[in-house]
Amino acid sequence: MESILEVNKVSKFFGGFTALSGVDLQVQKGERLGLIGPNGSGKTTLINCISGALLNDEGTIHFNGAPISRLPAHRRTKLGIARSFQIPRPFSSMTMLENLLVPLSYVCGITGARAEEEAYQILASMGLKAKALVPTSQLSQVELRKMELARAMAAHPSLLISDEAMAGLAGTEIDEVLQILFDMNSQGITIIMIEHIMQAVMSFSQRVVCLDAGQIICQGTPKEVVANPHVQRAYLGD
Amino acid sequence: MRFWIACLAVVLAATGLVMSGVNEYLFFAGFVVLQAVVLATAWNILGGYAGYVNFGVPAFVGAGAYSALVVHMSLEAPLIVQILAAALISGTLGFLVGVISVRLRGIFFSIATVALVFILETVVINWRYVGGATGLQLTRPGEGWPFDSYTRMLFWVMVIMAVAAIAIARYIQDSHIGRGLRALRDSEEAAECTGVPTLRLKLIACAVSGALLGAAGAPMPMYLSYIEPYSSFNLVYAVSALAMPIIGGMSHWVGPLIGALLLASIQQLVTVTISSELNVLVVGVLLVFFVIAAPDGIVGLYRKWKASSK
Repeated sequence: MESILEVNKVSKFFGGFTALSGVDLQVQKGERLGLIGPNGSGKTTLINCISGALLNDEGTIHFNGAPISRLPAHRRTKLGIARSFQIPRPFSSMTMLENLLVPLSYVCGITGARAEEEAYQILASMGLKAKALVPTSQLSQVELRKMELARAMAAHPSLLISDEAMAGLAGTEIDEVLQILFDMNSQGITIIMIEHIMQAVMSFSQRVVCLDAGQIICQGTPKEVVANPHVQRAYLGD
Repeated sequence: MRFWIACLAVVLAATGLVMSGVNEYLFFAGFVVLQAVVLATAWNILGGYAGYVNFGVPAFVGAGAYSALVVHMSLEAPLIVQILAAALISGTLGFLVGVISVRLRGIFFSIATVALVFILETVVINWRYVGGATGLQLTRPGEGWPFDSYTRMLFWVMVIMAVAAIAIARYIQDSHIGRGLRALRDSEEAAECTGVPTLRLKLIACAVSGALLGAAGAPMPMYLSYIEPYSSFNLVYAVSALAMPIIGGMSHWVGPLIGALLLASIQQLVTVTISSELNVLVVGVLLVFFVIAAPDGIVGLYRKWKASSK
């Protein structure tokens, strides 16, 4: 398989604190990758470095073979990297539809009626069409989570990074979001899923990578990772 | 189309007014009100649309006034050239302020813009060519045809500038630039990660806002026939430029227009009927009232009323 993302020896420091230390990661095209680790292990820092929200201090990141380490986030989005946020960050002065028009206009150059048509299609595919004209301040938690995924979809990504899209959701809501991620993947979108809900990670991921203290301590199939003593120690302690 | 017809009607009405025999004071006071419209509209492009609060309005107004003065003194350039030079210099200044927004956000950005006022004021105070701390007395050049007086001409020019400022603000709001600015105001990180080139948009907003603020300040030396640094860089400009969009509503181009017309007209009335010292009190009282009672301004009140009457 061809790799879509290559992270080589990436490190990130915040003053004297090492958030990431020499992380190596390869993601294949069309793959469903689960990224797990205890709180503070560096998962969000890693995806911030990949999406461009943060610049890595050491190492290189290649996307589709091209170096992207120094590119600003909006350029990476144009190249095909989209993400959702751990705490939803809707454009609160806009409706759900307008939220989607932003990436459609800036990333894909689609405006006017065509953009609205496509935004409605994306919202319909996620069961959100009825809420298209509702201000995001009036949305429930699950709707906000879905809206973030819809907004990411509107950027026509080839890699989607989902940062705890199921946090705080109930059982059926988790299934709905999980189904959306499966649907996206079936359309050829590579997905990196950060999640604390292990059941979701296990059922979704083809491969799981576990981070602890800024380093990858284990990677493999979900079963292999769960059975790994380093992973058990990272989560449960000695 | 209706917008452009309204613009044309305003310009034609203003042209008719300056040709009429109306009392000269109307134009003297009208100039101040229209200047307030330009200042509020310009401020709102950065402060309202992008959420970057610029307290450095006097720096841009003063830079515009002194740029116009220098062009007038050195080249004897006509008013239109003075305004264009002021817009260019202040636009460049705005661009540079935009560059610091890479590092500074929120209150830190605002404090940096205040610092700019004191830096420029100090430079001008120590610049003898433009009169230093004592300022300069100026002789107005003769008014051009078809105006009877220079004040009437300045009023007409300010009408054109106000219409231009509103047209620019409306264009930005309705274009994808406006949507990008709103996105970055709501969440700069999310905007960047959804493909919005936030730095480029901030630079555009800063430069356009700065250019309009400077252009509004350009006719001031000729309007007063006098210029000195303390009133040119007066922080009251900053308070007014911020208060007017807040009172009118910052989410729509019409908000600063309503706020400026309302506030500046009341201030002029107070000046004539009571005392010019009460000007700032009027701003303060109205600002406190609207922040508490109607944080989305008059535009917000109208939207609420419209929604509830459906």
